Amino acid sequence: MIRIENLSKSFTLHNQGSAVIPVMAGAHLTIQPGECVGLTGQSGSGKSTLMRMVWGNYLAAGGSIMVGDTDVAKAEPRQIIALRRETLGYVSQFLRVVPRVPTLDVVAEPLLALGTPVAEARERAADLLQRLNIPERLWPLSPTTFSGGEQQRVNIARGFAHPYPALLLDEPTASLDAANREVVLTLIEEAKARGAAILGIFHDEGARARVCDRLVDVTGFTPKAAA
Amino acid sequence: MTLMEKMTATTQPLLKVDGLTKRYGPRIGCLDVSFDLYPGEVLGIVGESGSGKSTLLSCLAGHQRADLGRIAYDGRDVLAMSETERRRLGRTDWAYVHQNPRDGLRMGVSAGGNVGERLMAVGARHYGEIRGKAQDWLGRVEIAGDRIDDRPSAFSGGMQQRLQIARNLVTSPRLVFMDEPTGGLDVSVQARLLDLLRGLVRDLGLSVIIVTHDLAVVRLLAHRLMVMKSGRVVEQGLTDQVLDDPQHAYTQLLVSSVLQV
Repeated sequence: MIRIENLSKSFTLHNQGSAVIPVMAGAHLTIQPGECVGLTGQSGSGKSTLMRMVWGNYLAAGGSIMVGDTDVAKAEPRQIIALRRETLGYVSQFLRVVPRVPTLDVVAEPLLALGTPVAEARERAADLLQRLNIPERLWPLSPTTFSGGEQQRVNIARGFAHPYPALLLDEPTASLDAANREVVLTLIEEAKARGAAILGIFHDEGARARVCDRLVDVTGFTPKAAA
Repeated sequence: MTLMEKMTATTQPLLKVDGLTKRYGPRIGCLDVSFDLYPGEVLGIVGESGSGKSTLLSCLAGHQRADLGRIAYDGRDVLAMSETERRRLGRTDWAYVHQNPRDGLRMGVSAGGNVGERLMAVGARHYGEIRGKAQDWLGRVEIAGDRIDDRPSAFSGGMQQRLQIARNLVTSPRLVFMDEPTGGLDVSVQARLLDLLRGLVRDLGLSVIIVTHDLAVVRLLAHRLMVMKSGRVVEQGLTDQVLDDPQHAYTQLLVSSVLQV
């Protein structure tokens, strides 16, 4: 479902003497439907960079990133928009929403974008919020005022609202208590069972051991020093 | 087929712009701008003041005549149209939200009249229905119903801007041009408008070209982003890609200059 080949990345800092910083070379990775692959490596080794390239908000310098039939490394913006609407989900570490929109609608939005009737989308959203222990009295409120852990759970509910065939998870269990961590791990297992291909970053070793089928250390994709 | 599937299946851009150029004597307004806009897409145009983004918008909408280039709307050559045809398009398919609400409102006509006038221009005749729809739209932009008979001159700047947006969206246009529409608004009202616009884009397949210098607004609203400097497009792409991994020196400066709240 996800196939990364010979992927490279560098940053050019125009306002700092046009310094070119190569950060990744020769990255490769394949994820089958129903499989969860965890990225490992020290902080700064490029786990998030790799994940962002798959999402498409970081441009690849070379190589290919196939998600289904779309090569994210070469696709037009509107192809990536369609991919994100239908095929590729992303639970980032930060919730970015229009202020004042009720939590229930924030979670239902990915379904509404696919043309799901409002009542059905809200029902699915309510089900997920319930499972993730967000009290019903909070659903009509905007999540912008919620605690970090609550925002994280709203973000997860939103990411799991539509059954995406491919999912990116950036530390989905960080800042969660044991009960909610368990709910999230179960959601991930359910997604795998229905055939989703998952790429994740988990610092939580117990979570990693439970849901990941394989680990890939991104340190192996660090460009070798030229000198 | 759902609306979304129909829109995805549509391969024809709603607006096709090719090599658009406008000069003011020796100075460049905008130079060689090209892009396609599809139904249901929101395109953000950012850049510092004087970068040519407002000039580009007014050329696209036909308020100013471009010197060179082509604009095709739904397959029709906009620059070859007669003035009458273009005005009809401006009343029916298009809407234009001005930076200064006084440019987009009739200041001597009541709030309800300002909204109703657009409806009558596309053929609405039933007074009760027009007033009902005007009332509904005033509510959507959070103007109290008891202000419907007041003139915009008695409104605050933010209320005038909301009224202008209601006046423009009431006729369900297919393409909306917006020039810094949220600039003078309270953040709370701005959020409400962003949500309203996103809903219209999603449910009606509205296409929007929005000029702004507010990067937070484009991140939440625009699918694609175009960065202008000195009349030229220096970078364009997916909104979060341009903001998170800017390639051009100017975009890197622009993105790194934003204050974190």
